[in-house]
Amino acid sequence: MAAISNISEASSAERRYLRWFLFLLLAPTIVLVLAVVAYPFFFNVVLSMSNMNIYHIHDWKVIGLQQYAAVFAEPRFWEVLFKTVVWTLVNIVFHVTIGVFLAVLLHQSFVRGRGAWRVLLILPWALPQYITALTWRGMFNSQFGAINLVLTKYMNMPAVDWLTSPFEAFAAAIMTNIWLGFPFMMVIALGGLQSIPAELYEAAEVDGASAWSQFRNITMPLLRPVMIPAITLGIVWTFNNINVIWLVTNGGEPNDQTHILVSFVYEAAFTAYRFGWAAALSMVIFAILFTFTQIFLKRTNAVEAAY
Amino acid sequence: MADSKSHRATLGGKIFTYVAIALFALISVYPVLRIVTISLRPGNQLLSTSLALIPENATLDNFRILLTETLFLRWLLNSIIVSAVVTVTGVALASTAGYALSRYKFVGRGPMMSGLLVTQMFPATMLLLPLYVVLIKLSLLDSYVGIIIIYSATALPFTVWQMKGYYDTIPASLEEAARIDGASPWQAFRQVILPLAAPALVITALFSFMTAWNEYVVANVVLQNVEHFTLPLGLKMFQASMQTQWGLYAAGSLLVAVPVVVLFLVLSRYLISGLTLGAVKG
Repeated sequence: MAAISNISEASSAERRYLRWFLFLLLAPTIVLVLAVVAYPFFFNVVLSMSNMNIYHIHDWKVIGLQQYAAVFAEPRFWEVLFKTVVWTLVNIVFHVTIGVFLAVLLHQSFVRGRGAWRVLLILPWALPQYITALTWRGMFNSQFGAINLVLTKYMNMPAVDWLTSPFEAFAAAIMTNIWLGFPFMMVIALGGLQSIPAELYEAAEVDGASAWSQFRNITMPLLRPVMIPAITLGIVWTFNNINVIWLVTNGGEPNDQTHILVSFVYEAAFTAYRFGWAAALSMVIFAILFTFTQIFLKRTNAVEAAY
Repeated sequence: MADSKSHRATLGGKIFTYVAIALFALISVYPVLRIVTISLRPGNQLLSTSLALIPENATLDNFRILLTETLFLRWLLNSIIVSAVVTVTGVALASTAGYALSRYKFVGRGPMMSGLLVTQMFPATMLLLPLYVVLIKLSLLDSYVGIIIIYSATALPFTVWQMKGYYDTIPASLEEAARIDGASPWQAFRQVILPLAAPALVITALFSFMTAWNEYVVANVVLQNVEHFTLPLGLKMFQASMQTQWGLYAAGSLLVAVPVVVLFLVLSRYLISGLTLGAVKG
């Protein structure tokens, strides 16, 4: 890692020059971030304490914490929170399991054409998410979609009403998201596997360790430090991924039964125009995610230090 | 690649490996093949229940209609303009800010880095809703100014982090040598470090471009006139109308996705090293 310069160690003319240089490097980014990230963030805090909605667009006023109370009093909030947790957990478990499984398979030295397989397996990540979502929505069509055609023609199973029943529609969105998410974990795991020295496996081999015990005792612990940041990132992305759920279920169909928090708040803001309420819910979502990542990172670091 | 496992991999193990990889490869590729199939279907077979890869009487009609009778080319132009501006902004800002964060200690450096990370946890509405209210006030709704600013800011945290991570791997002795030879800090940065960071710049450009090219949710709120739509809104329209125009949707998706998919696959190696660097150093 490169050394970091400390400006206070330089001579005074040099220091003045460096200050300017630093200012010029950072100023554009800081201005943009202040204008489009910091300012809206604080404005959102104000909105979350206001009564702004479709009837009060211009004559809104600050009313205190009522919107927060309204969020927690809304029974649908708890239901959607539960669905969001299920959504995130199921997706991440499948992403990591499939990703690590494929990475371990691909990493075996007898595998021919590794590069080509890798390209094919990365494809779901490369495809724009909205095209993935809209295409899978088509494939889930009950009459003409490829999935029901395969089920009925080749597996002798009854057709499923994927997009018209709440549970099936939610499952359809999860399947779509699993499909587009495993390559990221696979690629990270492949990178991690390359950094594990082959000698470890050779030594284990000499000791007569089985393939499974090699995976348990060498691969898993050494992959952990690489996977934990990726999993944290994956959880945050999945929790907040509005594209897939919104486009596969066409905005919560049927009957707003297929929302996760981020699509729920998007609808409250831009379909129902409940601005104050939506701003409060945005804060709550952010607080949940922020608290979770802090705890998760601390926990996992603590465990890591024990190795 | 040296891997002792190969000495013992049984025939059964090898077969299992290839079958499993091939199965997942098929699952990965199938939806894309499905888009190809549907895009080639003649108009009277759009509601077909066939699973054949190449449809009967395959035709390029959908592509012709798409390019001549819809607003597709207009949307394409809009998307190119928006994405290009976002890419240039992203590269300019991330390459400089990332360098400052990598090389200098200054007041607010730590909070700035964690602040950038925290923005990744904002739900989509967190900034969009207040910005929407502001855009209404400024009458900038349905304009590209608003959307370009939002996209640039969305892509920035990730690209700054990834540029910083890459600069960290370039030894500071290179600049020191340049400084001793009489170069100013700017010259040392511009002429010595920046060229070495070319792979990271490519990734930053790619990521910024993709952010704008593939974005639906923000555009859906900000852009209103069909003529102003970007590609994601336009393609969604083929699905939203009473009778889904599958053929046009599939043809459009292919034209939009193929270039970015190819770009992504070609550049994915760099992307991954950038990601893992950022992650491990994080």
